[in-house]
Amino acid sequence: MTTDTIKHGAHEDQAHQEGGNLWGGGREPFKASYGKLMMWYFLLSDAFTFSGFLISYGALRFSMPTWPLPDHVFETIPFYSGKAPLIFVTFMTFVLIISSVTMVRAVQEGHRENKKGVVFWMLLTILGGITFLSCQAWEWTTLLAKEHVSIHRNPFSRHMEAGVYLNEDGTPIVKDGAEETFKKGDSYLIHKHDGEWDLRKYRVTEGPDAGQVKQLAFGPKAFGALFFFITGFHGFHVFSGVLFLAIIAINAASGVYVARKNGYEMVEKIGLYWHFVDLVWVFVFLVFYLL
Amino acid sequence: MAEVLENKVNLPDVDQLIREQGYDDHFHEHHHGDKYQSGFISKYIFSMDHKIIARQFLITGMIWAVIGGLMSLIFRLQLGFPEENFAWLRPLIGRWVTVNDAGVGTITPEFYYAMVTMHGTIIVFFVLTAGLSGTFSNLLIPLQVGARDMASPFLNMLSYWFFFLSSIVMLLSLFLSTGPFSGGWTAYPPLSALPQASDGSGAGMTMWLVSLTLFVVSVLLGGINYITTVLNLRTKGMSMWKLPLPIWAFFTTAVLGLLSFPVLVSGFLLLFFDRSLGTSFYLSEIFVGGQALDFAGGSPILYQHLFWFLGHPEVYIIILPAMGIVSEVLSVNSRRPIFGYRFMVYSILAIGFLSFIVWAHHMFMSGVNPFISNFFVIFTLIIAVPSAVKVFNWLTTLYGGNIRLTTAALYGIGFVSMFISGGLTGIFLGNSAIDVQQHDTYFVVAHFHIVMGVAAMFGMFAGVYHWYPKMYGRFMNETLGKIHFWGTMIGAYAIFWPMHYIGMAGVPRRYYRFDTFEAFKHFGALNKFMTIAAIIVFACQILFIINFFYSIWKGRKVTSRNPYNANTLEWTTETIVPGHGNWEGNIPTVQRWAYDYNKDEREFIPQYVPVGPDEKDESH
Repeated sequence: MTTDTIKHGAHEDQAHQEGGNLWGGGREPFKASYGKLMMWYFLLSDAFTFSGFLISYGALRFSMPTWPLPDHVFETIPFYSGKAPLIFVTFMTFVLIISSVTMVRAVQEGHRENKKGVVFWMLLTILGGITFLSCQAWEWTTLLAKEHVSIHRNPFSRHMEAGVYLNEDGTPIVKDGAEETFKKGDSYLIHKHDGEWDLRKYRVTEGPDAGQVKQLAFGPKAFGALFFFITGFHGFHVFSGVLFLAIIAINAASGVYVARKNGYEMVEKIGLYWHFVDLVWVFVFLVFYLL
Repeated sequence: MAEVLENKVNLPDVDQLIREQGYDDHFHEHHHGDKYQSGFISKYIFSMDHKIIARQFLITGMIWAVIGGLMSLIFRLQLGFPEENFAWLRPLIGRWVTVNDAGVGTITPEFYYAMVTMHGTIIVFFVLTAGLSGTFSNLLIPLQVGARDMASPFLNMLSYWFFFLSSIVMLLSLFLSTGPFSGGWTAYPPLSALPQASDGSGAGMTMWLVSLTLFVVSVLLGGINYITTVLNLRTKGMSMWKLPLPIWAFFTTAVLGLLSFPVLVSGFLLLFFDRSLGTSFYLSEIFVGGQALDFAGGSPILYQHLFWFLGHPEVYIIILPAMGIVSEVLSVNSRRPIFGYRFMVYSILAIGFLSFIVWAHHMFMSGVNPFISNFFVIFTLIIAVPSAVKVFNWLTTLYGGNIRLTTAALYGIGFVSMFISGGLTGIFLGNSAIDVQQHDTYFVVAHFHIVMGVAAMFGMFAGVYHWYPKMYGRFMNETLGKIHFWGTMIGAYAIFWPMHYIGMAGVPRRYYRFDTFEAFKHFGALNKFMTIAAIIVFACQILFIINFFYSIWKGRKVTSRNPYNANTLEWTTETIVPGHGNWEGNIPTVQRWAYDYNKDEREFIPQYVPVGPDEKDESH
């Protein structure tokens, strides 16, 4: 007897079962094994941790005068230099959600006691997880290295007033025969050239400050910090999920679950976790990419 | 006492009943000489037996209680005798006492703040959460629901060892050259977020955070286990409405912990980032030593919200187990069924639910919108309703009972007294308008010490005295116990009652000394009085500890299996101190609720006795 406990619930009395007293004791209500219940409660607590983060995100974001526009921040994709707002993250999300589908298939094969099926579908799930993590790595690299967003500095922001960009001598910049103007709410990214921030000058053209010359300001710091922190925390969950999936897939392949009384329940438990991680991503996706 | 209890009741033979009616789960066929009992290390150190783990939690908690209590004595000495020469404390606390040329020793303000902070942290988390809920949930849940052990004994073991690790980290932080964290047990930023903010904000705070994060892991591992055990491993016939009240209390406590501690973790992780990576979650534009720091846009109030989302349920995590224990102890010792069993359960659940929507009453003075305060005021005051239901039910349980004034029962009654006294001042503080005056004064200190500090301690003492025979097979000494009780009871009121007055007079808490303030000078004598009372109360606790350890080896032996003539299942195990698996043969099945005392001319009817044909089943 190792760590896997004493199974009282397993010795249920048939006659008592048929009595139909779900909560009467001596049996597992809803036939949920203790292991699955524990996973559910762990996920419940984890959901509260994520809620804490997302509510902190909301509290900080809505105390800021402005916030970067996701369509502008997340518009790059690999091997293409044009703009494709949210296409890459849509792909990531799609991969993660499909990996939930493959997970469901693995659990189903577990119920059928089909070892090969379990391993096959789990491998696909792992593949999905790794793809998602790789995409996240690429996205982080782009933000950090190319756009210079960090947890300390956020060059993405939105204009809080309309204006026109100026040359060094104070005259409006003219491009293709028109002045380079912008409206309130337009996005901008402060570029970095040779280690120097290019804080462009502009003249305000509307509102109480009309006529004043100003410099582009960095966006709210919290954006970068929250983005890396929350997606990182989620990524950490995906990463540990992939590890556990791998361990369980190896166990399944070596046949340890064939002999077990509860069969492929481990697959089911890691499945619960995996679906939870996907579900959390839906909320992370919502607040960072859609709102 | 056991002699007194030897009343001749016509009860069926326990063993025979369990043999006939209990059910065989083939437990012992699978568990011969397993890891649980072989060898000293796996039996007593890395034990997976819930009863050993309970004792580990209890003794670790007691060690912490002594440390936390000593700390309070040190700062009480400072408050009571600010002019006194404390050079004699040097051997104990070293350079934290500065001695001037005249040989007069002074406790440094830094150390005073560190002591106040550590006292709060230690007592709230290590003593009253791990020591109370950890001990009694572990001891009683499997025994009272009729289970062989926890759902996962392994995670249960981990739960204790994470607590142990967390204890070690906290203990080590006391020996840092800069001292432990000193910004108050709530660890508000910026003191907690800026390592340079104060002596304790550097390494001390880092260790505080690490320790408490490990502690949360322990609480979660334990809580998941408790909940699952209560739901899944009840013996046959033990429906939810037949559960003894401690189990309902531990169950709800575990749910509260499971839902509130993770939010604290979110808050802590953000704090980690602010501290070590320089993010601005909690920090806004700030100057330290005339220098502007590179922070912008953060909100210290955000931390307060995250902290109190745990912090408020936490006080119920502390008090609910005590309530459950007291319900059982009072019912057994007054030989009366608990009054209003279902309402006791409903009120536990109601308190549990309400505890999640009142957290901002700790923040009325933090600049929370007054309209939002109204929401929190209303729900805070509504908590008085289920609390009052419980108080009246305890009193009506006692009323007309054939009360045995054992030490455990005295502590139960003392608990009710403390809970009423402290609860009433809670109604003052829960009101945002009155809180403007009372906030951060000694009135608050008096309130929470009485209602959750002392009361929860009393619940813990009641539990220890009552279930000591189940843990060690012997009784604790009743005479010493009663001296301990009266000393603590009178002493605790002597410490905390005067605090109400100085609090109403506006004396703020956490101040290093008051004799330098014209307005507070005349409370000097009162402060001395409280300090002396604190020393006496601490001395009484030494009595308890002596009693506890003496009785393990020398206490009066328990001779009968059910020394209190109680109804619950823990008194049906074959041996007085149950071995691994709790019952040597079949698990008893449950036929009735746990509170059939003095029913139909029978003094008590244990839960395994079938309901007679003409008998009313009280659990319906």
